[in-house]
Amino acid sequence: MVHYTFQMPVDEAQVRQLRINDTVTLEQTLFGIRDATQIHLFDRGRKTKFDLRGHAVIHTAPNVKKVPVSAQYPAGYAAVCVGTTTSDRMERFTRPLMTQYGVRLIVGKGGMREDSKAAFGELGGAYLAIIGGTAALETTWIEQIEDVDMDDLNPESLWRFRIRQFGPLLVGMDSHGGSLYDTVRAHTAAQRDKVLAELGVGR
Amino acid sequence: MLQLSPNLIEEASKELYIRALKALPPDIKSGFQALSDRETNETAKGILSTMIRNISVAEETDNLLCQDTGIPIYNVWIGRDVVFDGAAIKSAIRKGCERATREYPLRSSVVHPITRKNEHTSCGLEVPVIHFDFVDTPEYVRLEMVPKGSGSENNSYLRMAIPAEGLAAVKTFVIDSVIASGGKTCPPTIVGVGVGGTSDLCVALAKKAATRALGSVCADAEGAALERELTHAVNHLGIGPQGLGGDGTAFAVHVEMAATHITMNPVAVNMQCHSARRASAEFSADGIHYGY
Repeated sequence: MVHYTFQMPVDEAQVRQLRINDTVTLEQTLFGIRDATQIHLFDRGRKTKFDLRGHAVIHTAPNVKKVPVSAQYPAGYAAVCVGTTTSDRMERFTRPLMTQYGVRLIVGKGGMREDSKAAFGELGGAYLAIIGGTAALETTWIEQIEDVDMDDLNPESLWRFRIRQFGPLLVGMDSHGGSLYDTVRAHTAAQRDKVLAELGVGR
Repeated sequence: MLQLSPNLIEEASKELYIRALKALPPDIKSGFQALSDRETNETAKGILSTMIRNISVAEETDNLLCQDTGIPIYNVWIGRDVVFDGAAIKSAIRKGCERATREYPLRSSVVHPITRKNEHTSCGLEVPVIHFDFVDTPEYVRLEMVPKGSGSENNSYLRMAIPAEGLAAVKTFVIDSVIASGGKTCPPTIVGVGVGGTSDLCVALAKKAATRALGSVCADAEGAALERELTHAVNHLGIGPQGLGGDGTAFAVHVEMAATHITMNPVAVNMQCHSARRASAEFSADGIHYGY
């Protein structure tokens, strides 16, 4: 288990170093993305002004407050509470995020499935698990909302956050076919019959 | 006679939404401690400790615990000798919910189900969800607010099992629902199980069970026994906090029951995530008293 600090963006070689159970702290830039953002990007042909190559995206839709544009609030938004949503719903968008936009890292909770794992292996990416529901803590890692795109979808806009010591995040899926979620699923499947037998099912 | 003023209800409905999002009830905090004390998996122990730290950070920074403001649910219990205008109370709850969202401001997580348009009020068709019930206590009114997060709500299940499948169908369905949900529900969860009733009542019972305080027990002895058995069972599945492995998959399994038809054996599962938020207020002649 190794800890990495990544100044974003990163290249393929950096991401390929990662193995499940390693930890990563992100610095500088993180993009926030959600269901509606990706439905509009990949199903409705919209484009973003942001260059996401080598970057990390987090599955989020933050609580924000509209404020006058200033040096501290260049996008006119103050972050109120920034957290993470369940990644599984956005499974089918991992591959196009990587092939069309060059995204390297996905930050989320609950894990993703086979096609994401395959895309990480083929294209050089990884899934970084954050602890869902700990948004008060996560918000302290966000320095600023630097910019926003597709804001008609608010709160599911495409956000650019400036971050500081964002993590540690746990490598849940890597580019070598590793997935902590697969390990847990296999263990749970093995436990199921034992647990049901103890409950008197099947007697 | 207690006069229930819509203005007080509006104020409390606004305040309760914000309070619920910021401070976890003491029973949930104790639940975290109990799971953490028992946890044998190191990763899981670390995750639980971060969750516990988040509760303190939310309190210290006066921030929301979780970004998901949820679907707002308001439950109202009205006792005897209370004078109220039901329609005005319903509209006051809605107004309070909308004001919390606009004035705080909170993320409105509520959209039209087909157009997906967000009015940025946390309100929409039939939302907030409002339930009224009546109790045999004089001059008593209690208003509870539950912001129900979607990670857990998206993993809700109903099975219309049949009598020949017996209680085994109920147990198997609960175990398989928890397994199918994995880390998506933000475990450790409270697993709410509805047993009996009609299909809609069964699902409502599961929600009631999922949002009950930890330490509370099903009023029916058979239901209480099932709670103990299933709580032990789900915590041997190895799903663990966040689905990353460990002992602490659920704080508890709660069961709520209703009588059912001779041909029916319905079971529903609804889960509450570890940010098991709720807040309540009681009303008396001298004003509003806030609690959990």
